[in-house]
Amino acid sequence: MSSEAHSSAEYIKHHLQNLTFGQHADGSWGLAHSVQEAKDMGFMAINLDTMGFSILLGALFLFLFHGVAKSAKAGVPGGMQNFVEWIVEFIDGAVRGSFTARNNMVAPLALTIFIWIFLMNLMDLLPIDWIPGLATMLGLPYMKVVATTDPNATFGMSLAVFFLVLYYSIKMKGVGGFVGELTLQPFGKWGLPANLLLEGVNLIAKPVSLALRLFGNMYAGEMIFILIALMFSGGAVLALTGGVLQWAWAVFHILIITLQAFIFMTLTIVYMDMAHQEHH
Amino acid sequence: MNINMTLIGQSITFALFVWFCMRFVWPPIVAALEARRKEIADGLAAADRGRHELELASKRSVESLHDAKQRASEIIALAEKRAAEVVEQSKQEAKVEGERQLALAQAEIQQEVHRAREQLREQVAGLVVAGAEKILRREVDAKAHSALLEEIKSGI
Repeated sequence: MSSEAHSSAEYIKHHLQNLTFGQHADGSWGLAHSVQEAKDMGFMAINLDTMGFSILLGALFLFLFHGVAKSAKAGVPGGMQNFVEWIVEFIDGAVRGSFTARNNMVAPLALTIFIWIFLMNLMDLLPIDWIPGLATMLGLPYMKVVATTDPNATFGMSLAVFFLVLYYSIKMKGVGGFVGELTLQPFGKWGLPANLLLEGVNLIAKPVSLALRLFGNMYAGEMIFILIALMFSGGAVLALTGGVLQWAWAVFHILIITLQAFIFMTLTIVYMDMAHQEHH
Repeated sequence: MNINMTLIGQSITFALFVWFCMRFVWPPIVAALEARRKEIADGLAAADRGRHELELASKRSVESLHDAKQRASEIIALAEKRAAEVVEQSKQEAKVEGERQLALAQAEIQQEVHRAREQLREQVAGLVVAGAEKILRREVDAKAHSALLEEIKSGI
């Protein structure tokens, strides 16, 4: 019994560890073969699975959309062009709805965020042992398929958005305007420390909440898939129940992955809009 | 679960994807959508114009049909009137001609009668003379009795 509990814990831990490449404690470079090793590598390490899957999916998205964009014409659209146009019009509508200034960057930014996150989340619907099992056969110690369950990926995106927000805030309002926005409201110039505290938290909360919301949802979803997968080794009845549960959770998860991609996109548009707006 | 270089790598990847999308993906698709929107709007406008023209044309055709009908009925009425006139006129002419022919025939008959009577009178006069000669048994001097004979002739 204790060995079974131990193996369950091992199973879960195994599924939650990224394939990390970095410098070992003894100075050599290579893959981390345990959770502790990965931790010891510190900041100068890279999660190969997160990078690999995210780049692969992003490239797939851009390849498909660029293929359509190259041959896009005003005539009767074919199947793929129709699909791409439907998405583009949906994103365009969302941007027109929430973004009031003029900036040619926001709509492509929103499109990239939505599709990329959606595709990365979609990997969650693959049975969780397929690709990691394949990786084990190939001799790789770990393989995490869903890039958005790695906080590096979600924070990477949200920090990029955050820098864009800072850049456009300063570009639109000037350094003075931006600093004024941080320090002179809502209590006027005599409440400067309180203003700075409130607005600072407000500002920092944007990227943190963006990244943590997506990460938390996907991590929790992945965790539930892992727990359901544990049932498969518990006898016929449990395995059957697990199969039904996995199916039900996957169906529900279709909603979550789309919703999370949409929320990330919408909030990005809203933050960009706030960065462009001047209010005194 | 550790924060490491992946964070920066993901940021750079994300930036590159956004740049690519902004440069090569978004503008052509939006341009195609815009072009199609314009094409559809033009098509609808053309259809509207066409419908309007059709309305005008059908109105015109109804008008010209009406006109033609009216003209045709006028022409028919005129032709009928003219035909009646012609019939009337020819009737009149026939009547006049008939009367003339009748008069001519009657005159001829009259003449015939007259001539017949004249001949008859001559013959009767001859017979009378011959009879008288026989009766008198003598030669009658035609010259001496011509006045008498004339008198007898006109008396028949």
